[in-house]
Amino acid sequence: MILETAAERRALLDRSRTVAMVGASANPTRPSYFVFSFLRTRGKLDVTPINPAIAAIDGVRAYPSLAAYAAERGAPDIVDVFRRPDDAPQVAREAIAAGAKAIWFQYGVINDEAIRLADEAGLDVVVDRCLKVESARFDGGLALGGLNTGVVTARRRVR
Amino acid sequence: MSEKAFGFRTRALHAGTPPDESTGARALPLHLTTSFVFDSTEHAAELFALRTYGNIYTRIGNPTVAAFEEKLASLEGGLGAVATASGLAAQLVAVLSLAQAGDHLVASANLYGGTVTQFSVTLKRMGIETTFVPAGDPEGVRGALRENTRAVFVETIGNPSGNVADLEALAAIAHGAGVPLVVDNTFATPFLCRPIEFGADVVVHSATKFIGGHGTVLGGALVESGRFPWSAGKHVLLSTPSPGYHGLNFVETFGEYAFLTRARAEVLRDVGAAISPMNAWLMVQGLETLALRMPQHVANARAVAAFLRGREEVAWVAYADLPDSPERERAAKYLPLGAGSVFTFGLRGGREAGRAFIEALELWSHLANVGDAKSLVIHPASTTHQQLSDEQLVAAGVGPEMVRLSVGLEDVDDLLWDLERGLAAAARAAEVRA
Repeated sequence: MILETAAERRALLDRSRTVAMVGASANPTRPSYFVFSFLRTRGKLDVTPINPAIAAIDGVRAYPSLAAYAAERGAPDIVDVFRRPDDAPQVAREAIAAGAKAIWFQYGVINDEAIRLADEAGLDVVVDRCLKVESARFDGGLALGGLNTGVVTARRRVR
Repeated sequence: MSEKAFGFRTRALHAGTPPDESTGARALPLHLTTSFVFDSTEHAAELFALRTYGNIYTRIGNPTVAAFEEKLASLEGGLGAVATASGLAAQLVAVLSLAQAGDHLVASANLYGGTVTQFSVTLKRMGIETTFVPAGDPEGVRGALRENTRAVFVETIGNPSGNVADLEALAAIAHGAGVPLVVDNTFATPFLCRPIEFGADVVVHSATKFIGGHGTVLGGALVESGRFPWSAGKHVLLSTPSPGYHGLNFVETFGEYAFLTRARAEVLRDVGAAISPMNAWLMVQGLETLALRMPQHVANARAVAAFLRGREEVAWVAYADLPDSPERERAAKYLPLGAGSVFTFGLRGGREAGRAFIEALELWSHLANVGDAKSLVIHPASTTHQQLSDEQLVAAGVGPEMVRLSVGLEDVDDLLWDLERGLAAAARAAEVRA
């Protein structure tokens, strides 16, 4: 199912525990490192790099593939994709094979075939969104930046 | 959370200001603090590297200020906002987020005099050149665009000339040249016009005016749509590695948030023109009642304009809302709820009549501001616009006979009573002169 609304994205984040980040980089100027570091230090989601070229990022062991991750850690709740759009269908196939419950395509990772594959296999699909931004939208981080979260409520937020 | 699209008045009250997370306080807490403690050295490092959200120092961000920013962004239909010490500071932060020495801007010639001098004197000294084009001439804007143009800048309602910008046409021309349209929406407020809905990319405000609404504190803000393609190449400040952040590429790392992130983390940080949390708190109180105040401002302005139109002491009234105004068509399109409450008129008898008129008023405050709950009056040629050359005065549409009104929320009969007295004095001055 393709998640189109903020409420659906929020529910996905609330029910998820593990994130396998495909294409995570150890280079501190790369967008994927920003998201990895944010999620790791925030501590709500257990984030793991998937990258055959590196052993670890900031002390968190990297796995060479989603299959290797799943064999040891079980199916990830979310596969977060930092790859070129052309590579996205292959990542989607690997995510399906690894039993992932959801696949999250970061900004600009837009590929119709990859979306269709994951959707038809029953995964929740988020497209052209940032896992860091959406996490911060609902936990108050984005609001501290003067950004329009779209959250309108008279209820006190419970962390 | 609900998926309902809440209305303007609801968002004016609730957007950006949910109950306080830590105390449950229903009203917005006022965080008068310069700085915020870090959880750990790692947390501090993440904050300074922009990898996590949070507060460091009030010059860059503050929870009370952020509430004002989010509320205004919601009302303008933007992605987010950056609040500043004043409207001029908001413009400076907006321009410095888009342009550097060697770059060029195209701006309306009918802007507020303070903006004209900011662009033609201070920004020029910094190496950013501006070509001013008459506001009613979108094709003139097209002709003034250069390869190094980085933005087109206009006011929704020109101060003081009252012209209404053709936002859709200007946005199309700017976008055709790969540059954003920046709109000063101070006179309209998001209640009367939301420029982003007509294609604007950045909206700036002097919140000192109708947003605060009570003439108490200074403040400003910029709002961004989140739709402009900053990666397209012309805005190298956003799309190439920044020396201010260890080679960070804002577009690549922050996507749609690139402009707002850089405006805050680099430009506001380095310019230092931060708004006080106290002022931001008062702006939030103002925004809560914006939708109640603006219709009354408009109703009183319409009554005053109609009154002046019927007086023989008055040579002309330039209010875009009047049925025979040359601005009427654009006002109907962009300002269907009314063309604000700031406008000008000309007295027969010129400068002396203008002076006598202002001296005779009892209720209208003679001062250099607009957008107060109280009615205000000024003679621009001798005050706000006195630093402009004769040429610039003509280009800005400011004649010696021009009086600017900012119509407030008093009983309109009382306002008309006072104007009657002023007009009688103006007529006497004109007779003496004749």
